[in-house]
Amino acid sequence: MDFSMAPGTFWFEAWQARASLLSGLGVTLLSSALSIVMATFCGILMGVALSYGWWWLKLLARLYVDLMRGIPVLVLILFTYYGLALFGVNVAAFWAGVIALGAFATAHVAENFRGAVESVPAGQMEAAKAIGLTFGRRLYYVILPQAFRRMLPPWVNTGLEIVKGTTLLSIIGVVELLLSAQQQMARNYMIVEFYMLTVVLYLIINFTLAQLGALLERKTSYLRY
Amino acid sequence: MIDYHFDWSVIARNWDKLIDALLLGLWLAVISLAIGCIIGILTAYARLSGKKWLSVPVWAYVEFIRCTPLLLLIFFLYFGLPEFDITFLDKTESFVLSLSLYAGAYMSEVFRAGLSSIPKQYVEAAKAIGLRPWQRQAYVVLPVMFRITLPAVSNNLISLFKDTSLAAAIAVPELTFIARQINANTFRVMEVWLTASALYLATAYLIAILLRQVERRYASIR
Repeated sequence: MDFSMAPGTFWFEAWQARASLLSGLGVTLLSSALSIVMATFCGILMGVALSYGWWWLKLLARLYVDLMRGIPVLVLILFTYYGLALFGVNVAAFWAGVIALGAFATAHVAENFRGAVESVPAGQMEAAKAIGLTFGRRLYYVILPQAFRRMLPPWVNTGLEIVKGTTLLSIIGVVELLLSAQQQMARNYMIVEFYMLTVVLYLIINFTLAQLGALLERKTSYLRY
Repeated sequence: MIDYHFDWSVIARNWDKLIDALLLGLWLAVISLAIGCIIGILTAYARLSGKKWLSVPVWAYVEFIRCTPLLLLIFFLYFGLPEFDITFLDKTESFVLSLSLYAGAYMSEVFRAGLSSIPKQYVEAAKAIGLRPWQRQAYVVLPVMFRITLPAVSNNLISLFKDTSLAAAIAVPELTFIARQINANTFRVMEVWLTASALYLATAYLIAILLRQVERRYASIR
């Protein structure tokens, strides 16, 4: 590979494009982070509803989860983007995308949460009841610390899915990493080189996330039962 | 809630178009799964072969695909391959290639897990009755592995079917693309997206129910 920085070479063009690529990378990371936070928060609440709710709450949560799992993310994003405007909610494409991705991932987190909670032996809940803990305390001190370990690997996977899913925001015009790279390609026609660069950037993000997940898993491996 | 008047005639007028688009998506998913399964089996054997020069490239392929967004892969192959003078693929074929490579990586992991979960005694028994190596694989290992992995394969089919929506990005006329077109032409936002979502949902559940039947029929051995 030619490493010279003369005009017209890849390294020159990549250096020229640094500002927009970095801002695209920033948008990708920010939208992923916001979606992950939203999905984790709402997902855990919905997971509680799914495992311990009254029957109608359980039914509603189950309906939501199954709906979200049967509809492609792209359709959700387009629906949110075009649909929210109808309700007079004039949101930017970025927020429409974050909401759609978050709503989608909420279903996954909720389902993981339910699976993890149900894998904790029933005796734990009974013992916690027997010593007179309230529901919140049973969950907080007894069930969640044990379910946490089971939740981590699928949670990191959901995070990876979200990071990959943010590329779909380019379709509604959010200038995230993919779209900013494409804008650069439209300028310099270095299609293969710039797609390679984008792939490498995504690999770095996702590999880091996956490694972080593995690390978290090792750190919590003492929580075994 | 604003004043929105539903006008379903838009959907009625475009119904045939929507169904054709849905079937195209389903077809793309099935072809990609089939090619993905072939890639998956070959790479799973390569991964388990115990030879570094075979298993390391497969590991790299699987990790690469799993860490790369599908949309990026689609664009890369669609816009990038012509740069290497590979111009005989039209947009649908290029999409099938992307989705197959994507499916291949996931199927590779599924089949690897399936192959390693087969008890050693099966192979030993097959050896004992004098089957050749390829016969052991074709008559004993593979049929058992398919039964074990059937649930994972059907989950993959559903997720591939949902992923065909990404083909809209390179103008393959599948459901999302058509829905977007109708949306742009008529601006009946709610009708169009509710219909598209319902069609995806119904098809995904139909696949799930059908495959559950197949599983009940074949995946019985433990």
